[in-house]
Amino acid sequence: MKIAVTSRGTDLDAAVDPRFGRAAYILIIDSDTRAFEVLDNQENVDAFQGAGIQAAVMISDKGADVLLTGYCGPKAFETLQAAGIKVVNDAVGTVDAVVRDFKDGKFSIAQSANVEGHW
Amino acid sequence: MIITVASGKGGTGKTTVATNLAFSLADHVQFLDCDVEEPNAHLFLKPALGEKQRVFTPVPVVDETACSYCRKCAEICRFRAITVLGKKVLTFPEMCHSCGGCMEICPERAITETGRELGVIEEGRRDDIGFVHGRLRVGEAMAPPLIRKVLSHVLPGKVNIIDAPPGTSCPVITAMRGADFVLLVTEPTPFGLHDLKLAVETVKILGLPRGLIINRAGIGDDGVKEYAEEEGLPVLMEIPFERSIAEACSRGRLVVEALPGWKEEFLELFRRIRKTIGWKEVGAR
Repeated sequence: MKIAVTSRGTDLDAAVDPRFGRAAYILIIDSDTRAFEVLDNQENVDAFQGAGIQAAVMISDKGADVLLTGYCGPKAFETLQAAGIKVVNDAVGTVDAVVRDFKDGKFSIAQSANVEGHW
Repeated sequence: MIITVASGKGGTGKTTVATNLAFSLADHVQFLDCDVEEPNAHLFLKPALGEKQRVFTPVPVVDETACSYCRKCAEICRFRAITVLGKKVLTFPEMCHSCGGCMEICPERAITETGRELGVIEEGRRDDIGFVHGRLRVGEAMAPPLIRKVLSHVLPGKVNIIDAPPGTSCPVITAMRGADFVLLVTEPTPFGLHDLKLAVETVKILGLPRGLIINRAGIGDDGVKEYAEEEGLPVLMEIPFERSIAEACSRGRLVVEALPGWKEEFLELFRRIRKTIGWKEVGAR
């Protein structure tokens, strides 16, 4: 399974970036091997509109099955739903820790966005 | 002639100035309330309004049976209003700016347009004053296309008075563009001065003749006057901070109706504007 995690840095010890669309980086992690790919999200950080939608398209293209992040707005959530990507909101801590917690079943899958647009 | 009444800060008295100026002029005046997010000039002018005319903006509809999922539409849309995920197309009509790019670029001709309602236009009349305003639909974020619809009712050769929205963003620029004169209204406080500066810089970029009205004169400090002098921005009128004026406004009355002495002040204001832009008579433009 491929897990997408929004991150402030480029390795597994970095803190989870609470923003989804405008996260500094998004790591795509293989849950079995812990191998990961770093996506630089600068283009979306600077986007004046639709950052969440575009970030959702990006992780969908990378084949992510689930997203761990802090806050996810309504349009990003709708796009992730359409892509069949499960969303976990309110993830706090290091990337490594939230991936472990997810694998241990400590998170529940979000049924809706947890913030308004342009939050 | 088009006189647009604007301000940086909200609540400085734009509508008070615009409505009283319109009502003071004897000839036919066309009044256009372009503050479509919260139009309020009708509360003072009390026009008899006709039927609501709904205004739409085109947004894309995708026929997925014809779509090849090539993503060209998503790539051309800088507003991310249309996006492709594998074998799914998502549209976000509320983010669309109606450029038509997705429709043009689609090699399969799979995209057509439908309308998103922006709001309504209402037209009416109060004595010699023709009145038009727009009301943005609740939840709609894009005011400029509706403002342009209101502005399509400008009558060439007549005096047109436009009540602009506050601020300095797209709706304000839309309302100001094409004006012959921008009448800026401020209050003499640090907050009023701060936003006045932003408004003046905006009007300068548009290259429009401008003048200043200081409302609630007597409160605050001398900062606005000092700034106006440095800028060479003429102070065309001062409206004092007086209970009688505030009472009239609170009751939805025009100042020139409640306090008829003010009519001559507004006529003098008009004469000064006319002189500034060299406008001589009705039909001169």
